[in-house]
Amino acid sequence: MNRTVLDLWVGFFVAIGIAALLFLALKVGNLSSGHLSETYVLHAKFDNIGGLKVRGPVKSAGVVIGRISDIKFDPATYEAVVTLNVDGRYQFPKDTFASIYTAGLLGEQYVGLDVGGDEKMLKAGDTIAKTQSAVVLEKMISQFLFSKAADGQDKK
Amino acid sequence: MFNPVSLVRKLGHATVERIWRLGFAARFMAAVLLYSGASFRRFPLTLREIYVSGVLSLLIIMVSGLFVGMVLGLQGYETLQRFGSTEALGVMVALSLTRELGPVVAGLLFASRAGSSVTAEIGLMKATEQLKAMDMMAVNPIARVVAPRFWGGVISMPLLAALFSSMGVLGGWLVGVVFIGVDDGAFWSQMQAGVDFRYDILNGVIKSFVFGVAVSLIAVYEGYDSVPTAEGVSRAITRTVVTSALTILALDFVLTSFMFRGTS
Repeated sequence: MNRTVLDLWVGFFVAIGIAALLFLALKVGNLSSGHLSETYVLHAKFDNIGGLKVRGPVKSAGVVIGRISDIKFDPATYEAVVTLNVDGRYQFPKDTFASIYTAGLLGEQYVGLDVGGDEKMLKAGDTIAKTQSAVVLEKMISQFLFSKAADGQDKK
Repeated sequence: MFNPVSLVRKLGHATVERIWRLGFAARFMAAVLLYSGASFRRFPLTLREIYVSGVLSLLIIMVSGLFVGMVLGLQGYETLQRFGSTEALGVMVALSLTRELGPVVAGLLFASRAGSSVTAEIGLMKATEQLKAMDMMAVNPIARVVAPRFWGGVISMPLLAALFSSMGVLGGWLVGVVFIGVDDGAFWSQMQAGVDFRYDILNGVIKSFVFGVAVSLIAVYEGYDSVPTAEGVSRAITRTVVTSALTILALDFVLTSFMFRGTS
């Protein structure tokens, strides 16, 4: 085989190999969409985070506006401290409400930010004061059963 | 007649033989790395090997990737429709390909397609005393013959694995979206939401690079170490394929346990 033809084939091979990598990065992966340019850090304390995971989404009005970067346990208050990386383009008022929701019935859990009406905005490193913990299914069922049992005793 | 003493003796001999070969393989790898300067200074040497092991493996890798992806699409749809979440087909196909199947299956195919031919080539060169002749002419056979083949394999393997995964995703898309009728937008958007570039794709590329090093090293070593007869070369080729397959699968488990520790 002639050397120039061989060069052409190897060049073609490397080119489509790199094209495949780009396809994986841009079309299959989230390099194009999930990239947050400049972020700032917010903290939120929860009594119970349920199944929340690091790298999970932070959403406001259903739009992904950040990622969960760290989850720690605070031994002083016995609470979970969740660190949120929020997109620098978005500012939130001081009285924003952070809750843990579940996407769908079996979906992943995420932190939802419900915006309040305060004039002052949260700064980088601030802690969100108002939080609502994850819904634990067993607790809900036991509450439901207890209230049912209480109803039954009242009727007697 | 059954003789326990000779059995123990055979076992000990085989063990010592394995350890001997392992030590020689380690020394051989050091020599290949030491003398690999020439394969980059005289790059056409390596270029020819990229052609032989990379370009000539394109067809088998791409067709296999397409079919593996199509099977994943079909089977995934069968399972996911029971839970009413067929839109998750894209994530399932893409994650299983980029994390596991792409590097592993491409590595197995690469070992049997390219690794075996490298072993055969070097083994025959040894059997026909071409390597000795080179030594006589003060040409280092490791620098001239072995190192370019090693680096050709190492460069080709990640590209082939990426091609395999891409063709697989396209195959899954073909079956899922075009044939069965899963929603096109949900297929891609769920895939992009579920596949992380650094965590999933880059780890897959690292895996395929490690497999490329392992397969190429085994292939050149078995060729160089082969008994210089027709039977010896054929045994060396068999050993290349078997050892490569076992090494890929064992390494895959080790790498997976390092990369994905269940805490997504």
